Amino acid sequence: MHADAFDRFHEAESRLHRLDPRVKVVVTVLFILSNALLPDGAWAAFGLSWIVLLWANHLSSLGVDFSFRRSFIALPFALAAVSAIFSPLGVPLGDWSIGPLTLIPTDYGLIKFGSIILRSWLSVQAAILLVATTRFPDMIHAFEHLRVPAVLTTIVSFLYRYMFVLTDEVMRLLRARQSRSGSVAGLKSGRSVAWRARVTGNMAGQLFLRSYERSDRIYNAMLARGYTGQLRTLHAHVMQSSDWFFTALSIVIILLLQFTGRI
Amino acid sequence: MLYSPAPLHIPDGFLSLVIALIFWGITIITVGIAISKTNKSLGEKQVPLMGIMAAFIFAAQMLNFPVAGGTSGHFLGGALAAIVLGPWAGILVMTAVIALQALLFQDGGLLVMGANIFNMGLLTAMIGFGLYRSVIGRSKGMRLAVAGVAAWLAVVASALVTALQLWLSGTSRLEIVVPAMLGVHLLIGLGEAVITVAALSFIEQTRPDLINEKETAAKGGRGWIYAGIAIALFAVLLSPLASASPDGLERVAEDIGFLAHGQDAPYQILPDYTIPFLGETALSTIVAGAVGALVVLGIMILVGNMLRRKKAHSHQ
Repeated sequence: MHADAFDRFHEAESRLHRLDPRVKVVVTVLFILSNALLPDGAWAAFGLSWIVLLWANHLSSLGVDFSFRRSFIALPFALAAVSAIFSPLGVPLGDWSIGPLTLIPTDYGLIKFGSIILRSWLSVQAAILLVATTRFPDMIHAFEHLRVPAVLTTIVSFLYRYMFVLTDEVMRLLRARQSRSGSVAGLKSGRSVAWRARVTGNMAGQLFLRSYERSDRIYNAMLARGYTGQLRTLHAHVMQSSDWFFTALSIVIILLLQFTGRI
Repeated sequence: MLYSPAPLHIPDGFLSLVIALIFWGITIITVGIAISKTNKSLGEKQVPLMGIMAAFIFAAQMLNFPVAGGTSGHFLGGALAAIVLGPWAGILVMTAVIALQALLFQDGGLLVMGANIFNMGLLTAMIGFGLYRSVIGRSKGMRLAVAGVAAWLAVVASALVTALQLWLSGTSRLEIVVPAMLGVHLLIGLGEAVITVAALSFIEQTRPDLINEKETAAKGGRGWIYAGIAIALFAVLLSPLASASPDGLERVAEDIGFLAHGQDAPYQILPDYTIPFLGETALSTIVAGAVGALVVLGIMILVGNMLRRKKAHSHQ
C-alpha cells in the first residue's frame, strides 16, 4: 500500500504550511481550549471562532471550505449529547410522547446541546487544519520540543512508520480469508459468529507474531545503521520572527473570542 | 473504508474542561510512571518493539468479522496488549495508538485525549493484566477463560467510565447514556473476548517463549492483581446500579459535591426524592450484575476447555 493511504498532509505552499510546527500545535490546542471555555449559548463568539477558522483555511491556500468539508467525522458522537436537550433545568418547550416515554425539551437543554455540537465541530476543524498543513513527523518533533517524553514520541514515530506496513499485512490476511471462504448465493456460508470471531482471533495472533518477528529484524537493521535510541530529523526547527508574530496574533484573537463570549 | 473509528473515542467539546483536565492529570501521572518503569527495566531495543506493537494494535483494529445484518465486530486490543507486553508497556502502546488516532484521524479529541487514554489504555491494561496475572500457573483453559472475561470487562468498564464522564460533564443524561453505552458494549465486548482468547491461545501455541508464567510474573507485580480486581469489581457493581437506579448515583455524586464541580449547572434532584441509595432494588441489581459476570466466566471456562480439548485431540 502506498504510504499516503492514511496520510492527511496536503502539500501546498502557504504561510500556514511554513509556520513552525510548535506554533501550529500550541495555537490549535489554545483554540480548542478557548472553545471549551466559551460559555453555553455564546453564539456570537462561536460565530467569530468559525470566521477565524475560515481565515486560517484561507491562509493555508487549501480552500476556504477545506476543513468544513471534512468536519463531519465527529457527528455520530453527537448522539451522546442528544439527551442533554431534555434537561430538567430551564423552561419546557412542549412535550413529545414516544410510547411510554414522555420527553420534555427545554430551552436550557437546547442551548446546551447546540453549544456542545458547535464546540466539537469547531475543535475538529482546527485539528483537521493542523494535520493538513503539518507533516506528521514534523508534528511529532514539535511535541518533542514541547517536552513530551522521547519514549512516547519515538513510539508514535514508529507507529506512524509501520502502520502502513502492518496494514498491508492485515490486507493480506483478510484477502487470504476471503479467498478461502467460498459462498453460494442464497445459502448460509461459514459457521457461527463465535467461530468467525475465533478465526479473526487466530488472524490477530498471526499478525502479532509477524509484527513481533518483524520488529526484531527492524531493530537489527537500525543498529546496523547506527541507531542509538533516538530518532533524528533533518528539519531543525528554529522559531523565526514571523512565527512569534503569528503566535502573538493568535493569542490576541483567542483572548478577543473569549471577551466576546463573556459580554 | 480502511479505517473505521471505534465508538469509544470522545471528540473535543463533549467533556467539560474540569473533567477533561482531571483525566489528563491522572493519565499524565500514570503514563509518567509507565515511562520511568520501562526506562528502568527495558533496554533501548524495547522502544522499537513497542512502536511496532502499537502499529500491530492499530492494524489489528482493522480486523473485523461479520456478525449479522451488515454489522461487524471489531477489535480494540487493550487487554491483549497488556497481557502480552506487560501492563506498563501495554499502557504506553495504547497511549501511542490513541494519540495517533486523535492527531492524524481526529478520532478522539486533543483536550479530551487524557480521558480517552484513561478509558481505553489505563483501564484496559489494569483489568486485562490484573485479572490475567491472578491466574498464571493455572491450567490453560482457566487462563484463557479469565483472559476472555478480562477482555470483556475491560470493554464494558471503558464504556461505563465514558458514559460517566459524559454525564459528569453535563453532556448526557445518566439514565440514557449508561444503558445505551453498556448495551452496545456488552455485545462488542463478547467479540473482543473471543478474539483475545483465540489470539492468546494461538500465540501460546506457536511462541510459548513469549507468554509463560515467568514472563508474565516478571512484567508486573502482584499489585496489579488487586488493582485489576478492584476496577473490575467497580465496573461490575456500578454498571447495574447506574443503569437501574441512576438517581441513586446522581445523589451520591451530589453528596460528594462532584456534580457541582463537574458541570456548569447540576441537574436538580427532586425534593421529594425518597429511594434510599442502597435500597432493595439497587442491591438486587448488584447481585444480578455479579451473577451475570459469573455466568460469562462459566461460559468462557467451558469455551476454554473445549478449545483445549480440541487441541489435545488434534495432537494425538
